[in-house]
Amino acid sequence: MAGLHKSEFANPVVNWVDTRLPIFTFMQKEYGTFPTPKNFNYLWNFGALLMVNLMIMIVTGIFLAMNYQPNVATAFDSVQHIMRDVNYGWLLRYVHQNGASMFFIVVFIHIFRGMYYGSYKAPRELLWMFGVTLLLLMMATAFMGYVLPWGQMSYWGATVITNLFSAFPIVGGPIVTWLWGGFSVDNPTLNRFFSLHYLLPFVITGVSFLHVAALHITGSNNPLGIDVKSPQDTLPFHPYYTAKDSVGLCVYLLVFALIVFFAPGMLGDPLNSVPANPLQTPAEIVPEWYFLPFYAILRSVPSKLGGVLMMFGSIAVLFVLPWLDTSKIRSARFRPVYRQLIWVWVLSVIVLGMVGGHRPEGIWVVLGRVATAYYFLHFLVILPVLGKLERPLPLPESISRPVLSLGGGPLPGGATAKPMEKV
Amino acid sequence: MRNVRSWLGAAALACSVAVPVLAPSMAMAQEVPAPAKQNWSFSGPFGSYDLASAQRGFQIYSQVCSNCHSMNLLAYRQLSGIGVSPEQIKAIAAAVTVPSGLNDQGEPVDGPGTSASTFKRPFANEKIARIANNGALPPDLSLIVNAREGGADYIYGVLTGYADPPAGMKMGDGMMYNKQYPGHQIAMPQPLHAEQIDYSDGTPNTLDQEAHDVVTFLAWASNPEMVERKQIGVRIALFLVLMTGVTYAVKRQVWADVH
Amino acid sequence: MADTSVVARDMANLGIAPAKTHVADPTKRDFLKLIQLAGAAIGVGAIAWPFINSMNPSKDVLAVSSLEVDLTPIVVGQGITVLWRGKPIFVRHRTPKEIEEATSVTMAQLSDPATDASRTQPGEAQWIVLVGICTHLGCIPVGNKPTDARGEWGGWFCPCHGSQYDTSGRVRHGPAPANLAVPPYAFESPTKIKIG
Repeated sequence: MAGLHKSEFANPVVNWVDTRLPIFTFMQKEYGTFPTPKNFNYLWNFGALLMVNLMIMIVTGIFLAMNYQPNVATAFDSVQHIMRDVNYGWLLRYVHQNGASMFFIVVFIHIFRGMYYGSYKAPRELLWMFGVTLLLLMMATAFMGYVLPWGQMSYWGATVITNLFSAFPIVGGPIVTWLWGGFSVDNPTLNRFFSLHYLLPFVITGVSFLHVAALHITGSNNPLGIDVKSPQDTLPFHPYYTAKDSVGLCVYLLVFALIVFFAPGMLGDPLNSVPANPLQTPAEIVPEWYFLPFYAILRSVPSKLGGVLMMFGSIAVLFVLPWLDTSKIRSARFRPVYRQLIWVWVLSVIVLGMVGGHRPEGIWVVLGRVATAYYFLHFLVILPVLGKLERPLPLPESISRPVLSLGGGPLPGGATAKPMEKV
Repeated sequence: MRNVRSWLGAAALACSVAVPVLAPSMAMAQEVPAPAKQNWSFSGPFGSYDLASAQRGFQIYSQVCSNCHSMNLLAYRQLSGIGVSPEQIKAIAAAVTVPSGLNDQGEPVDGPGTSASTFKRPFANEKIARIANNGALPPDLSLIVNAREGGADYIYGVLTGYADPPAGMKMGDGMMYNKQYPGHQIAMPQPLHAEQIDYSDGTPNTLDQEAHDVVTFLAWASNPEMVERKQIGVRIALFLVLMTGVTYAVKRQVWADVH
Repeated sequence: MADTSVVARDMANLGIAPAKTHVADPTKRDFLKLIQLAGAAIGVGAIAWPFINSMNPSKDVLAVSSLEVDLTPIVVGQGITVLWRGKPIFVRHRTPKEIEEATSVTMAQLSDPATDASRTQPGEAQWIVLVGICTHLGCIPVGNKPTDARGEWGGWFCPCHGSQYDTSGRVRHGPAPANLAVPPYAFESPTKIKIG
């Protein structure tokens, strides 16, 4: 019995379970007392929102799958059956459909926050790389999910994106045939996409746990980007950040609800209300909005293989971001130049998004090339060089120092605790 | 580097000016005027379908559109959504013949429709439809309002957009000129004319009214859940606004001593 | 990081719960929290219903829940089986002898007492319409075809566990707890019934 966990919970049932499987102690440690920097702003809500969004997608998806039929003859009609005849089917479908957009809105803000405050820098490189992996998995899941309703844009989107792989010499053709399970996007393709679309969210859940586990080893970054130095710098996660995350959650749900109930078709393409027709390509094949910047990069490069490589490269470059950024300062607050250039990079992404939504003609070609060039310039040239040249602003001594110097009263919690041991 | 923000602003300004100015000229050939905004009973967060108008629209669909256009996703029973009574639905369905299984000799037979029957198709398959329509395929109308850029306004624009082609425009064989249709050449002859439909409720049968009615019906057919959706949405939005307030107050209380 | 002393320190932090000790008006704070929790509970409850209800029969399934059966081809002494709502329905044209057997039974002889008149339509005693699912464990009894074993009471015989039903579909022997169910039906004409 010597090795048995000693539970400190008073409730006998909780204590009994906790002694045998210390899950309550674990939750208390990781989400109850977990020491969290006290200076988070609302941008730190978005990780929690992503978890909620993932759960919403999985639950609505499971119920949609009860009525969906992954067969080219019936897929489109089965989705309309869900919309028209299944009780609250329209609600499940609209939540799932627009939930994908919400997911990307939230994840883009989450990524931006990480970039602005240097959350990818040591010792959080692996945490960041799990995050980029999650983005890739989300993109794959979203792409395959978009094929399932088997509308015109589903079909032609699938055709165009799978054909990207044909750009690779020699192996390209066989890879595309293998992806399709035939000689065009057809029933085998739809079947396997449905299978994978059901599987990948659980892979995402698994990687999310790794992401959060890594976060709880290093601890969170914060808007100042400096390390936690003493218990005065932190607050227990509960009730402080549970309360703060709840505020963000309510606002997020409100935005989500307004889209689902009042403009559910706003972010979709009208052409996906037309059943897939392998004999008729739409005048313009446009992916969902969250893929537009990447689609623009693909089209901005005049060579087929080059475009494909650049598009994949635009994500791949994120993996090595922790080593491209040579500055030791995390937060953009103390990097006067980076703080402005990050917005130029954001502008380049927005321009790419606009370019992706237009036919590659005239001004859009030029804009696309300039923005693509800047996107990569930012990562490959500006960040490595800027880290050497930029003169950062002086960093505060600690997260709580400004408060102390203002002569505030004794700090709650931390003030009475022993100094945190440095790990 | 203080200047970065200013030239960033200038760049953004340049983009926002250049894009609208230059972009349209590039794609002039395919451009079609954006459909004029109509006043629909179902637009806005509280809008719902004008049921009388939708019922007149169904009358137009039955008398005119259904000769060429299917609505495969709809069943007669669903007409209760625009306020048609169960008895009327039965009568409407019984007036059409639909395939009703096999007879004792194993041959497919037709019988009167029931409220569960889907709308009768004008053509047995796509090939027959094309043969009957000069090679063009009349699209299914079940989702037509969702399936077109511009939605209800666009459909209304097409229905009322027939005119003589401008001088010098070369029309394809059997094609009609339409102000709203992309490329301005449409295979469908003008389907609706003023005073074409006899309304039993005394509504003036102008072309505008007829087009409004049939588009209202088609909008309902595309989004039959809309009214319920908006009603639930209002309640949920109010609830979430309230919860946001409460949650923010709790957060302030919890954080009261931190700063 | 996972050092126990750190955890202990954090526990201590939580224990003194700074906000609680310093708050000006604890009742107001608790009341707000209560509203928040109640709101969250209402929200979760309201959201659960659409998911649950989505598994109930959809509108198209409910719409095809009635079936018309033409009785003319069924000769006296024979029965047919039709499919209604995914279930087998027995429609049998009883002989006068079978009717006589069904009506002459005393209630004391039955484990699930019911008169034959309560199981047929007035004036149509020659027609018996039953849900062909054994009330024991859901097998389909035999006896509709003239060549089938009909059991000792001349009605139906369930091959799974030997339950036997009489010509009115009432259980007379075996583990079945109840009579074969009579589906809702009505005569549209003397030769046509509508089930459901």
